[in-house]
Amino acid sequence: MKALGDLVHWLTDPANWQGSHGIPVRVFEHIELSAISVILALLIAMPIALYLGHTGRAGFIAINVANVGRALPSLALLAFGLVIAISLGLGLGFWPTVFALVPLAIPPILTNAYVAVREVDRDIVEAARGMGLSEGQILRSIEVPLGLPLMLGGIRTAAVNVVATATLGALVAGGALGRFIVDGLALQEYDQLMAGALLVALLAVATEVSFAALERATVPAGMRAIR
Amino acid sequence: MTPGEPLIRWDWLLSHAGEIGQRVGEHLELTLIAVAVGFLIAFLLSLAALRVPRLYGPISWTTGILYTIPSLALFALLIPYTGLSLLTAEIGLVSYTLLILIRNIVAGVRGVPAEVREAARGMGYTDRQILWRVELPLALAVIFAGIRIATITTIGLVTVTALIGQGGMGYFILLGIQLFFSTALIVGALGSVILAVLADGSLVLVQRALTPWTHTP
Repeated sequence: MKALGDLVHWLTDPANWQGSHGIPVRVFEHIELSAISVILALLIAMPIALYLGHTGRAGFIAINVANVGRALPSLALLAFGLVIAISLGLGLGFWPTVFALVPLAIPPILTNAYVAVREVDRDIVEAARGMGLSEGQILRSIEVPLGLPLMLGGIRTAAVNVVATATLGALVAGGALGRFIVDGLALQEYDQLMAGALLVALLAVATEVSFAALERATVPAGMRAIR
Repeated sequence: MTPGEPLIRWDWLLSHAGEIGQRVGEHLELTLIAVAVGFLIAFLLSLAALRVPRLYGPISWTTGILYTIPSLALFALLIPYTGLSLLTAEIGLVSYTLLILIRNIVAGVRGVPAEVREAARGMGYTDRQILWRVELPLALAVIFAGIRIATITTIGLVTVTALIGQGGMGYFILLGIQLFFSTALIVGALGSVILAVLADGSLVLVQRALTPWTHTP
């Protein structure tokens, strides 16, 4: 119980809420790092997934990418990220972590977006084609809106994984909330350790909950009745 | 990573072969305990949820939250109570297997066609017999899919337990990060991926042996 008391004391100490090592700065760094990584992953994965989904090509690869992704341990990705960042001369901290987080985020985004487009009723797509919509229009105004909830499901998985794994960035001298955990471990300051852990856990759960709400909100009006 | 240093130093690999073997064993042991204990708990919770459907919501919600909590954070929250120990590592690892396993066990059993269940009942099977002789055997393929995902995920997560003094291949990754030594980084990272692939392959073979009816020879 003493640990809990120390934790509350640490969290309510004004000194921990100020300056460049304070909680608000670390939370911001964590969100910034996660957001940039997810956006980079989206920029890479979405065009590929939409193209493959629309044309129906390479389904086997698009689906199995997710299984391969699961086998890549986050700490191993960080190790590879570090090797790449150092050999590109990008230094420690931010970039090695981004290089670890982007490959972590790509598989769920890619697979879900591919499946989302494929699962759109082919009759609807045929009808649209019959009405003279171009392939681009079919993708934009039929496949993407109808598949959006499923696509967001993949982005949610990716985002939660990224927020969780961004913690490890502190191992390669990065900032973000992992700093509290890694420093707390190294210095055996359990109040700092637990506070960092609690904040990361809350951020991960908050990410999950917000994306779940977003998913529900994006189900097209016409699809809600039949769900 | 130091200039002039090759990406992999084969002499280091050879001179550390014994230690690598030992860490592989440690990695597999941590994984095996986690998946076995996780399966036992998940199985009991699934049986409870199948018997009392109202329980499935709370069980899946709780395990879902556990699954969402970042691994390092969960370990960190346990350290003041259980220390830098095997127990801390296993509590975390087991927690992460639960959601995957329960989802698959419940979905597998619920996916058994109603007419199969009815036929068994018509032949005089009791509820218990239906569960053990009809539903669970037919759900085996889906349950095994869950075990495979849980195992692969756990093998990846075990590397993180290196931060709390356990870790198997994660030990080499940390060593590599601390010393800027790419050979150790690659041994740890690649070693963990290879273990995951091999474990998945072996589980597929076990599954085929256990469910001969799911594939034609």
